[in-house]
Amino acid sequence: MSAYTLPDARGHFGKFGGMFAPETLMQPLLELAEAYQRLRADAKFQEEFMEDLRLYVGRPSPLYPARRLTAQWGGARVYLKREDLNHTGAHKINNTIGQALLARHMGKRRVVAETGAGQHGVATATVAARFGLTCVIYMGSEDIKRQSINVYRMKLLGAEVVSVESGSKTLKDAVNEAFRDWVTNVEDTFYIFGTVAGPHPYPLIVRDFQSVVGREVRWQIMEFEGRLPDALVACVGGGSNAMGLFYPFIEDSQVALYGVEAAGEGIETGRHAATLCAGRPGVLHGSRSYLLETNDGQIIETHSISAGLDYPGVGPEHAWLKESGRARYAAVTDKDALAAFHELTRAEGILPALESSHAIAYAKRLAPELGRDKAMVVSLSGRGDKDIHTVAALEGIKF
Amino acid sequence: MSRLAKQFALLKKQRSAALIPYVMAGDPAPWITVPLMHALVGAGANVLELGVPFSDPMADGPVIQRAAIRALKQQITLAHVLDMVKEFRVKDPATPIVLMGYLNPIEIMGYEAFAERAAGAGVDGVLTVDLPPEEADGMLAALKARGLDPIFLAAPTSGTERVRAVARAAGGFIYYVSLRGVTGAGHLDMGEVREKLKGIRKHTELPVGVGFGIRAPETAAEMARMADAVVVGSAIVSRMEENAASPEKILTEVPSFVASLRTAMDKARSATAELTP
Repeated sequence: MSAYTLPDARGHFGKFGGMFAPETLMQPLLELAEAYQRLRADAKFQEEFMEDLRLYVGRPSPLYPARRLTAQWGGARVYLKREDLNHTGAHKINNTIGQALLARHMGKRRVVAETGAGQHGVATATVAARFGLTCVIYMGSEDIKRQSINVYRMKLLGAEVVSVESGSKTLKDAVNEAFRDWVTNVEDTFYIFGTVAGPHPYPLIVRDFQSVVGREVRWQIMEFEGRLPDALVACVGGGSNAMGLFYPFIEDSQVALYGVEAAGEGIETGRHAATLCAGRPGVLHGSRSYLLETNDGQIIETHSISAGLDYPGVGPEHAWLKESGRARYAAVTDKDALAAFHELTRAEGILPALESSHAIAYAKRLAPELGRDKAMVVSLSGRGDKDIHTVAALEGIKF
Repeated sequence: MSRLAKQFALLKKQRSAALIPYVMAGDPAPWITVPLMHALVGAGANVLELGVPFSDPMADGPVIQRAAIRALKQQITLAHVLDMVKEFRVKDPATPIVLMGYLNPIEIMGYEAFAERAAGAGVDGVLTVDLPPEEADGMLAALKARGLDPIFLAAPTSGTERVRAVARAAGGFIYYVSLRGVTGAGHLDMGEVREKLKGIRKHTELPVGVGFGIRAPETAAEMARMADAVVVGSAIVSRMEENAASPEKILTEVPSFVASLRTAMDKARSATAELTP
């Protein structure tokens, strides 16, 4: 495969991506893009970032050969990339560390962020505490009800959590509200965006900071296989853990890429969040990508058991990887994700996040198809502790 | 000459600034929009800005967000908005109409289909909040082919380079966002607005309007002294919200508020004219 150089200077991945932002934000976005281009090539900045990842996040995260799971599934050898072992329990911290460093270099003392399940909010509040930045997190009032522990975690870390009452009161509305804050406080504020979506340069910045995941896999797999894996599997909501895993392998055409979306109660029921599998191109939150929308272009509410996948958009680079055929996208229902949650917990003693459980469920399907002589890496993007209440409630258990 | 160009030329001759009220189409009930538009013209509006509801209005404050939700509850679509314009044109062939909204509803209709239908209905200008000039090539071609004016925003954060890009792409008038914030916010800095307007006029012959955060007749009057047009949105929409339960009241309350803006603006302009003969 030829060299992969996307996005272009204005953030386009083919017809996807771009900068579809209100005029007030255009100058700040262009300044951010320029500052990032400078620091991207700055060895000292990269060193600073890598050192924080090592000493504060605990990287590299292990690549764990899941031998019992492999035996149970009777197919390809399964390796788990253990992002759940990072500080704060998910891959999100890789990106927030990077963007907090960017904010500091740009002289911004206040950060804002959106959060759905609270993972990105916690990861942002964490780095804000560490760098001494003022931090405001926007969270839909529906999500605040569902994720009270994460709300309290953010408050312990010194963040102000603002309840968003507009629209569907979930993640997409929290994104709108964070943008409105940024429009208002643009001089001193940095928006720490949580995924590979949004206007350019965010899809580029977040992908780059997360791609440490895939770079580690490249050398870690050598110890076991002596070659690159045959397949990578990751869940896709906005798509940051998947992009982080996929990006360093895009030019290696022998490595198949599988993104797994949330099919919720089933795509046919309409209650799902499978944007790439069941949506169509449109413009939301600053970029052109796939969306879940009505025939009149209104964004629709999504459903997934996993709050982190419950988003009607998806990063534009995924839209491009789908359209170019480089990656394939499938969807897994709530029910199958829940079964995978239990299966991994019992087989390997690892409680996966419900988001990551979607990837596990798809890997189970894929393993026998690939066959015993193949190797696949599954992104275990976060740990499941945050989901114990959800799982227990589904089984009728009250604490 | 387009309706917008004609209107601004006439106002210039009269040494008057355009008053542009904004209402969300279909808020709070679909039947009210067209009669209200006529009443606003009667109260002294020179151009009408008609909001197209969108589920995720990123640049709007709570007042217009709620208006969008009310309109969407009435199932208002872009196609309905165009029908309203068509109906308005039966009785009023002259007053220019600008649609204001977000890109996605237009994107799904298709730029060309939209431009054709909008021009056919009698729309004059289109302001798409989340479409900066950089991404606008396709839309500009479609609008220009149908004689529609692309209205662009300039903001307090826009540097000289960006003002130039906006001026190159824009038609009809340039809409200066008078504050850092969402629609309906409340922290106007008049000195900054004055300076910024001077800067913008260096790069364009187009009229320059001002909007965002203009809530009272006094502010509208002050803006009328320095701008070619004054856009008032949230202050009108919140009056509609107050009367949402009895919509017929909107047809008297809102035009009387718009008339008070008109009076204040005209007074300010004639005072200015006396000072600078």
